[in-house]
Amino acid sequence: MVKKAHVTTSVNGDEYEYLCEPGQTLVDVLRNELELTGTKEGCSTGDCGACSVMLEGELVCSCLVLAVETDGKSVETIEGMAKGDDLHPLQRNFLELNGLQCGICTPGVLIAAKALLERNPNPTETETRFWLAGNLCRCTGYDKIVRSVMAAAEEMRGA
Amino acid sequence: MATILEDSKFDAQRELNIVGTNPVKHDGLDKVTGRAKFGADFFLPGMLFGCILRSPHAHAIIKSIDTSAAEALPGVKSVVTRDDFPDQPAGSAAGDMTRVAMAREKALFDGHPVAAVAATSEAVARRALKLIKVDYEVLPHVIDPVDAMKPGAPILHDHIRTKGLDEPNDNPTNVTERMVSKMGDIEKGFAAADFIVEREFDSKPMHQGYIEPQGCVAEYSKDGQVELWCSTQAPFVYRDRLSAVLKIDAAKINVQQSELGGGFGGKTGFYPEPIAIQLSKKATRPVKMVLSRGEVFRGTGPVSGTSYKIKMGCTKDGKITAAQGELIFQTGIFTGSMYFNAPNAMFTRYDLENVYIESFEVVSNRPKVNSFRAPCVPQIVFGVEGVIDELAKKIDMDPLDMRLKNAATEGYTTIYGETLGPIGFVETLEAAKASDHYKSPVPEGQGRGIGSGFWFNRGGETSTSMNIAPDGSVTIITGTADVAGSRISIAMMAAEELGIPVDKVRITMADTNSLGFNRVTAGSRTTYSVGMTVVDNARECISQFVRRAAEIWDVPEDAVVFENGECRPAGQNAGNFEPLSIADITKQTTMSHGAVTASTSMNVTGAGPGFGLHIVDVKVDEETGRTDVMRYTVVEDAGKAIHPLQVEGQYQGGAVQGIGWALNEEYVYGEDGRLQNASFLDYRMPVTSDVPMIDTVIVEVPNPLHPFGLRGVGEVPVVPTMAAIGNAIGNAIGIRPRSLPMSPPKLLELIDNADR
Repeated sequence: MVKKAHVTTSVNGDEYEYLCEPGQTLVDVLRNELELTGTKEGCSTGDCGACSVMLEGELVCSCLVLAVETDGKSVETIEGMAKGDDLHPLQRNFLELNGLQCGICTPGVLIAAKALLERNPNPTETETRFWLAGNLCRCTGYDKIVRSVMAAAEEMRGA
Repeated sequence: MATILEDSKFDAQRELNIVGTNPVKHDGLDKVTGRAKFGADFFLPGMLFGCILRSPHAHAIIKSIDTSAAEALPGVKSVVTRDDFPDQPAGSAAGDMTRVAMAREKALFDGHPVAAVAATSEAVARRALKLIKVDYEVLPHVIDPVDAMKPGAPILHDHIRTKGLDEPNDNPTNVTERMVSKMGDIEKGFAAADFIVEREFDSKPMHQGYIEPQGCVAEYSKDGQVELWCSTQAPFVYRDRLSAVLKIDAAKINVQQSELGGGFGGKTGFYPEPIAIQLSKKATRPVKMVLSRGEVFRGTGPVSGTSYKIKMGCTKDGKITAAQGELIFQTGIFTGSMYFNAPNAMFTRYDLENVYIESFEVVSNRPKVNSFRAPCVPQIVFGVEGVIDELAKKIDMDPLDMRLKNAATEGYTTIYGETLGPIGFVETLEAAKASDHYKSPVPEGQGRGIGSGFWFNRGGETSTSMNIAPDGSVTIITGTADVAGSRISIAMMAAEELGIPVDKVRITMADTNSLGFNRVTAGSRTTYSVGMTVVDNARECISQFVRRAAEIWDVPEDAVVFENGECRPAGQNAGNFEPLSIADITKQTTMSHGAVTASTSMNVTGAGPGFGLHIVDVKVDEETGRTDVMRYTVVEDAGKAIHPLQVEGQYQGGAVQGIGWALNEEYVYGEDGRLQNASFLDYRMPVTSDVPMIDTVIVEVPNPLHPFGLRGVGEVPVVPTMAAIGNAIGNAIGIRPRSLPMSPPKLLELIDNADR
């Protein structure tokens, strides 16, 4: 057996100390060690985007990051997006415009969309589509996802 | 007492307050905050992790399996093989199902499970898999169904004899069944034609592509009770099939559905679930199993590939006189493709008199196919609609006018014997013709195509319960899985009937111990059927409100009416008492009379057929063969859109799945019989930047047999997609593709060889 590593990661502002195998991915630790199951795993190869999280302010697929790499670093997941009962404008617009159906891709899409709006508060439809091209959705045909993101962007610009 | 199926007719005059609006889905908040629990999100104390060893061979006798080294590895708690499953005769329904779950005599496709391990961690389980020694005797394999039909092809099952032959024989074969479907006189029909077109088509299997891999937790307790938490479209069907395969009483198996991360037909039958149960039984601890994406591709789904011919004839003025098909369906390694949907649906929507279709289902060394929206129909409609377009060109008729001229209307008797009631095909075609998209000129350098489609829509066995809390809020228990947000539409219909705000209604997804049998969520049946039973529940509860109000007021029951969520005195008592809301009644009477509740179990009938027409503009890059979808419009009859945003979502999602099937998605096998593209990188589904906005036109021709007039909308949106795109590409490049997917290499070959 490989000796486990002792890792400290800040997740949504909370410090988590845990032991993990050197080969364990961040998504595995988030879900199975820290029981933060809002982050989803759809492919384990970085192709579907369901496991999208922010690592030190950068959008990553948490299936392609080893948990040991996040020692001393900060991670943001879907569980940290709403502040108490206050939904992020993206979350609210996804609800109001029906930007989700089954909901399995939704956490990753929301994290990726938030990263987009932090860089580009006024994305065009094309920019939105290319930014979200790493997040597969099989239910919606993307129409209402793109509309929800652009409506949230507009609301946030006005705020 | 008359049931709701007899007395609940659509009432066009009824004023609706909730149906037709767009409230936020009740399951939405949990899904945007990460709280919703899907198949892989369930944990139990002491839980083990299970992994599956899969065959690397497409066809091989399993001579022996040595699991001793795996069992000796510290942390391994149980190992199962074929020997841990009850013996079920080959060729029986349970026999096929048990062999889908775990190979017995032979490994029958690349990825076929041959053993499984439960261990204290996934890492230990994976190490243990490498210690299992399987002695295979590799046999010749066959992947392509046309090859599998040829004399001398490897025979994959000893027991198959072709059903439905004119002259039955006892020869082992890979052809499970032949079916002939006919109406009228096909020869006479072609004799009456001025123009005839006959073409050959083919399609490859594609995967349902749900983003959530199958995931479950199973616990086999010492007294023989099984608890199973899993992602499924069919908790009751899973229970009953597990009961048959594992020989456990159904009442001892409790299936709790999780949130479902996409299914589209692919989660109508189980994969890891029986293995998890047997691992748990042996280990005496709960076992969790979650498939990898590679396992999802190699071991689950996909849809049937096809090879087929379509021949149709028409008169100079565009009347179709005859329609013929010869269809071959690849079903994977076991029968069950539901290929019979194709002859029943492929031409249905047209007013045809003379039809002849001969269909074959064939096994080959691939995973058994599973349902996908309108199983076996869209890939055939791809050819039918192409031939109709070619006929329209021959007589210089607008393709939409050609479809209008031949559209079936109320009173038409279909090839499967149903005489159609009021249907919305003509209205759908007219709405398409009046759409901005169809009226706009085709942009320079692009091609426009249309395609039309039909689906029966389904009802079926449905059970629900309604419980009114003392404060007047309402719980509904349903057992037909919610796959895309049907819960909100069902809550809306209940709220409309009860005259209360939709937020006062909550739906719980039952486990199988809590309700009577519910059929699988499939065939566009759920919102329709569950809507019917909850309206029945609501009417039963209303009759109890009326009875209790009459008692409170000491008046006869017929002197009380229920309107807008309250009981009012009527007749000569009108105005004598203050109205009583549901809460007023339940607050006063729950203590004395018990709760107001209703339960309904019925086999719902009367689902109204659905029709759609898609319009698409494409641009084809003739240097690379790449097709871009530039504009897309879905026009479809919903009967009545309960929640219009949800209906639009079905239309849009179906169209984009069809775009993937049309342009990219296919299973690619090597000479060695192994799947070569078992990942999302190599099996390319549409991403956001591949597609435009999908415009929608909701046509509403009410289904007269439903209280709100609704028709199912889950299947039709994918049916005409590849046909419409094929016709659009044909108009763009001057030659209509006849092979799916219409991927860049195939289009380049067409363009290079075209005599244009």
